[in-house]
Amino acid sequence: MTADLVVVEDLQVHFPIRTGALLGRTTGAVRAVDGVSLSIRKGETLGLVGESGSGKTTTGRALLRLVEPTGGRVTFDGVDVLALRGEELRKLRRRMQMVFQDPYSSLNPRRNVANLVGEPLRVHGIASGRALDTRVTELLDLVGLPRNAGARYPHEFSGGQRQRIGLARAVALDPDLVVADEPVSALDVSIQAQILNLLGDLQQRLDLTYLFIAHDLAVVRHVADRIAVMYLGTIVELATAPALVGRPLHPYSRALLSAVPIPDPRVEAVRERIILRGDIPSPAAPPPGCRFHTRCPFRQATRCDTEIPALREVRPGHTVACHWAEEIEAGRIRPAQPAAALAADG
Amino acid sequence: MSSAAWTAWEGADPVRPPAGPLLSVRDLQVRFVTRDRTVHAVNGVSFDLDAGQTLGLVGESGSGKSVTSLALLGLLPRRTAQIPAGEVRFADEDLLHAPESRLRQVRGNDVAMVFQDPMTSLNPVLTVGRQLTETLRTHLAMDKQQARDAAADLLDRVGIPDPRRRLREYPHQFSGGMRQRVMIAMAIACRPRVLIADEPTTALDVTIQAQILELLRGLVETERMGLLLITHDLGVVAGVCERTAVMYAGRIVETGPTADLFARPRHPYTLGLLRSVPRLDAGSDLPLAPIPGSPRDLTDAPSACAFAPRCAYATDESRERLPVLTPVDGDRDHLVACWNPVSDAQRVSSA
Repeated sequence: MTADLVVVEDLQVHFPIRTGALLGRTTGAVRAVDGVSLSIRKGETLGLVGESGSGKTTTGRALLRLVEPTGGRVTFDGVDVLALRGEELRKLRRRMQMVFQDPYSSLNPRRNVANLVGEPLRVHGIASGRALDTRVTELLDLVGLPRNAGARYPHEFSGGQRQRIGLARAVALDPDLVVADEPVSALDVSIQAQILNLLGDLQQRLDLTYLFIAHDLAVVRHVADRIAVMYLGTIVELATAPALVGRPLHPYSRALLSAVPIPDPRVEAVRERIILRGDIPSPAAPPPGCRFHTRCPFRQATRCDTEIPALREVRPGHTVACHWAEEIEAGRIRPAQPAAALAADG
Repeated sequence: MSSAAWTAWEGADPVRPPAGPLLSVRDLQVRFVTRDRTVHAVNGVSFDLDAGQTLGLVGESGSGKSVTSLALLGLLPRRTAQIPAGEVRFADEDLLHAPESRLRQVRGNDVAMVFQDPMTSLNPVLTVGRQLTETLRTHLAMDKQQARDAAADLLDRVGIPDPRRRLREYPHQFSGGMRQRVMIAMAIACRPRVLIADEPTTALDVTIQAQILELLRGLVETERMGLLLITHDLGVVAGVCERTAVMYAGRIVETGPTADLFARPRHPYTLGLLRSVPRLDAGSDLPLAPIPGSPRDLTDAPSACAFAPRCAYATDESRERLPVLTPVDGDRDHLVACWNPVSDAQRVSSA
């Protein structure tokens, strides 16, 4: 078993809700991330999936301290990330980089590509002059951009190529960890595959560890070694990618997986769909007990609405936060309404 | 009074009952002309849609799928958009040359549209009830009370709980999925015969997408509507549409029954699309085969296969002559526009 590069324990990010004329009084908190624990092993890709408002992006940002966590611990290669200040934090950040969803808005339109890709190297005082130029050319090669790209500006590139520029920037400092937040969801499908392949290629060549955040389960299934599923600020299930997709244990994971359209009409015609009712509740007022109980088709009369389920290991390496995971899997607990009936009153 | 619209419509064409397909599009072309350039957005699109049928129009950004749907109902910007050729017939009536007043009737009553982003199509300062009842009162000439009852009934049909209370709320009080339900309720208010849904679930989470798709499937069945579903998502098409048309650079490059088209894609672009999306039910060891390059811009009218520069199957002919839709192996239901279509043997050996 390989060592953990990142260990996250009970991470919390609460954003205060201020009201009043001058927004002076704090009257509540949006619990964007509320007790997330996970580890990322050296060299692996951990996929973090969830719907909007699940806290997956905030979790990724909190790891890099792009937002300040309000509680918990983050350890990166043995170093307590949350205790670092100033120069120490800056040095550590060289080893943790981020790739963003929108290659259109994350690149300064007034800088040419050589300038953009060389920026991290200059900022951290790693290279200048000819050495910088050489390194930038190397990086452009690495991400599959033509050499003459350096003199051009972001608007001259397509979405896929812009994401390559973003990747070149992210790997410029030879980081250990790359947090990729929805790196392909703004791209057309024929381009997505190019970037996904490039991500895999870079990981191998540069020995990268990825935290891959996305809402698209099929994409995450494709790139991730392990997958963590988030719902309303907490992790509800974490397992290897084949186990999570093949034998999901949490009712939310099941519903999520059954909702992913599969580009094959033969499969679509026969598969069972679990149609969830209602919407994800507000993270400012999460439901008591299990946060999913308001929408859960397997909800039981006891425990679900009173007791917060702990994330526990049900099979080796497969953890789930559901009181009834074993009973549901064994078929001893049936969904309240059969899937067909749920669908009918949709 | 609610039959007034129908009477007027029947009066306009008393003899001939609608024959042929409900919605028929032939060789539609759309150009956007500005001072410094011309974009050939749609370059000869043809398809038919019948009652109770679902047709998926699939393509990537810039393929012309949305422009096609806007052109059907005369919703393109008049200043820049030109329709140099083509024909759009709804129940045998020519829509391309219909006056705006007639189009407005058609849009409300016969053909309705749902867009990707429900927030921009709803008026934020009016209650949902007000917007819904207005539609009903304008198009179906209902009185206040009738319209209120009908509106509540509509919200109920699209799966919005507690409809009477929700009618008094404003759009911002609805979640994204609920707003899209409101849009669908408005669209089906006048029992249209065709619903055009342009990326109706793209902005929604996957569990909410599943709810909306389920709703659309149900509506097609119960209302016998024709559904034109425009999307970039092959998975959505596979689950909802009987027939699929794949667009590239403003042309339909392949069309056929969805099951057949997915099982035996003949156009290299269709095959490329299917090979470049990861499948949830496939192992991660199956490598993705991306389509190299990116779509060309549409400054020139097409004179050859637009996909040729990215295509492994391209021949000299592909680079010189424009392919038209032709039956695959004599199968008149499955058409492909390609000089060198992928054969079964090639498809298997390239996998």
